[in-house]
Amino acid sequence: MAQKIRIDDLSKAYLPRRGDRVSALEHITLAVEEQEFVTLVGPSGCGKSTLLKIIAGLQPPTSGRVYLDGQSVLAPRRDVGMVFQNPVLLPWRSIMENVLLPIEILRLERGAYEKTCGQLLELVGLKGFERRAPRELSGGMQQRAAICRALIYNPAVLLMDEPFGALDAMTREELAFELLRIWGEHKKTVIFVTHSITEAVLLADRVVVMTPRPGRVAAVVNVALPRPRVVDMEFSDTFKGHVDEIRRHIFARRSEVRA
Amino acid sequence: MKIILREQALLPGGGSRLLSTVLLPVATLAGIVVAWQIFAWLLRLPVWILPSPTSIVEATLKWSPVLPMHIGITLYETLAGFMLAIVVGVSMAVLVVYSPILQTTIYPILLSLQSVPKVAIAPVLLIWVGYGQLPKIIVVFLVCFFPIIVSTATGLNSVPGELLDLVRSLSPTQFQIFVKIRFPAAMSHIFVGLKVAITLAVVGAVIGEFVGSERGLGYLILAATSQLNTPLAFGAMVLLTLMSIVLYYALEGLERLIAPWAREEQQP
Repeated sequence: MAQKIRIDDLSKAYLPRRGDRVSALEHITLAVEEQEFVTLVGPSGCGKSTLLKIIAGLQPPTSGRVYLDGQSVLAPRRDVGMVFQNPVLLPWRSIMENVLLPIEILRLERGAYEKTCGQLLELVGLKGFERRAPRELSGGMQQRAAICRALIYNPAVLLMDEPFGALDAMTREELAFELLRIWGEHKKTVIFVTHSITEAVLLADRVVVMTPRPGRVAAVVNVALPRPRVVDMEFSDTFKGHVDEIRRHIFARRSEVRA
Repeated sequence: MKIILREQALLPGGGSRLLSTVLLPVATLAGIVVAWQIFAWLLRLPVWILPSPTSIVEATLKWSPVLPMHIGITLYETLAGFMLAIVVGVSMAVLVVYSPILQTTIYPILLSLQSVPKVAIAPVLLIWVGYGQLPKIIVVFLVCFFPIIVSTATGLNSVPGELLDLVRSLSPTQFQIFVKIRFPAAMSHIFVGLKVAITLAVVGAVIGEFVGSERGLGYLILAATSQLNTPLAFGAMVLLTLMSIVLYYALEGLERLIAPWAREEQQP
């Protein structure tokens, strides 16, 4: 498979108003294949979200480059869709109008996408809620709509920043499987940020383990679970092995800091 | 309203909504009026010191032929100044939010202007623009302007960063961000400012009329008190209060109509 995203020796530092330069990311190098599902996992402060924003072209790196389809990313690109921890749906628009927002901003013909919108909402189980206001939906349902909004213009890359972080554990797992199902139908390159190790393993082809201060890639774990993923796999030795391995990488680094 | 709604939970058995939100405040008010009447009657105070509710009603009815004119004048001044403040306040808020230079230059000046007592400006306005309704409209404008510009600017800056990131990832124009995201998102804040402003607006009109006028409810209070017609002065005050309340709820109705989502956002 072709390489979709290449992150080349990327670093990001902030200069706060007071105090010393803060290094958020240091020497990140990573390649993501086309239609690969990669999760970034690590404790808070490891720069996962910053990395995602740089890949999206929303923030410039201090040094290094991000390449998308071989082209250097200097500004936001329309073949990238984003989902955040909060659904941030517009309260004055119906669910359908929210999903169609990117179409309006990209100045595409609305009529051509209304059918796609209906299909996407049906795919995530929101059929019948098209005309409802976001506040009438539960958090999980709102996040499903936000996923539809990211998919409506059919971007090749989906960047997800802790999209299930604000949900309860049960809804979270349910949505994880739902995301895998959607990904199965709309093959995309996904980079998914999470601080849940089990979620990272369950979803990913490869898990990128990051450690904080400064944000670094500690390890990349190839997940040896077959697809489609099912709930039972979470009890398998392979799954547990991966979880332990990732945990070791994160905690090894922590004890090193303390010592 | 909100306090009442919260107290609803304290009522035994929850209580009906109508009872707690309408009947209870109305009954309280009626109780106060009755107590006032008894108080005035027992103390036998002269009517020009503390008029009883019945004497207020009596005086108001006696003057009822000219009252619509006075009400109309004050209402016109209030609404004209308020509308002017909306147009100028909202557009200046937009300028201030989009221009860092204006933000650093104009905003502090506005703040110091706001600190100047409007009662002090009113006589000067009389010198500048003379009698008539214009100086009153300007006073109303001045008292309304500040809450509107502050709430609008706050609202325009209140868009969640994630939402802006999401939209920015689609390379929008500044105009698209403003029309589709920032302005509608500011609505709930704008309405908070408008509600504060509308109650001040009536006060502003009265201040304007106090300084120099021949018509309006503020003028009526002044004229009545100078003749020790305290019941009429109280009647005019009641009318001003009613005007303020009606305008406030009209604004709430308007909000429910054009920004039904905003009320929920304002809940703590």
